[in-house]
Amino acid sequence: MEPPAEVVHWLFGVGFLFLGLCLLAETIVGRSVWRRRSWRAYLWPSVTFAMGIFMWPVMVFYTSSAIHMLAHSVWAQSMMLAGAAQLGLARGKLRNPLWALTLPLALAVSGGAFLIHEQNPWLFSRAAFLHHALGWTALVGGLITLGLYARPRSPVFNTGFALVFLAFAALLFCDRNVAPIFGHLSPLAGGR
Amino acid sequence: MDAELVQQGAQARTRHSPRHTAVSALGPLTALAGLVWALLQPYRITILDPDTHGFWYLAVQPPLLVILAGAIFHFWIVPGLLADLERTEPGEGR
Repeated sequence: MEPPAEVVHWLFGVGFLFLGLCLLAETIVGRSVWRRRSWRAYLWPSVTFAMGIFMWPVMVFYTSSAIHMLAHSVWAQSMMLAGAAQLGLARGKLRNPLWALTLPLALAVSGGAFLIHEQNPWLFSRAAFLHHALGWTALVGGLITLGLYARPRSPVFNTGFALVFLAFAALLFCDRNVAPIFGHLSPLAGGR
Repeated sequence: MDAELVQQGAQARTRHSPRHTAVSALGPLTALAGLVWALLQPYRITILDPDTHGFWYLAVQPPLLVILAGAIFHFWIVPGLLADLERTEPGEGR
């Protein structure tokens, strides 16, 4: 009783939406207030890590080609790496601040995986458009988190980081929007 | 004089800092976005037509999920965050 692929995309979209809201709240109140309760410091890294874990069954059960499977495994590893490194930094187990660079690395690698595994141009289909949009959003997110590493208190970079997650959520909610319930769509777009 | 102090105290209790207001608004705004989405695309609310859909399409309805995410954020994350915010900015907050 596997959920349809679009349902999986929407569930990941909810995860990114929740992360985006948390990061936006952290930006508004400031890191010192956000971390007054230790569990909040662990919240977004652990959710990111958990989403990375859930990406593995997606890779196993939902991919229909080798390049598609590799892209999903790259996203799984990227999310787990970034989440684990941020957890280690928040807990104090990791002391070298260079570990924070795993975040821009994960976003850059994820964006590259999106763009490489989508072999059609932007306007070929809805899925192609969303893959390109997600890929470039991840690459921009990589640059933003690089700026965040250099200037951790910058409101611009912190807000940008939160908005990247909200953009991921919006794009994932649009993904695979061709289920039978959307029968008013053109048959060429997957509708009935 | 006493009445004036009481009035000032009441005003101070109801005045919130911009940060307090912004954090308080995040969850309701998210839920509102989900509600607007549901109104714009009612066919995504599959519970309105339950006989023609399977389990997953009935369980996962994106506009309702957005409302749920906003509600969880508002009722789980925000109260403690506002309490901590008020402790750190006693002059601006409640």
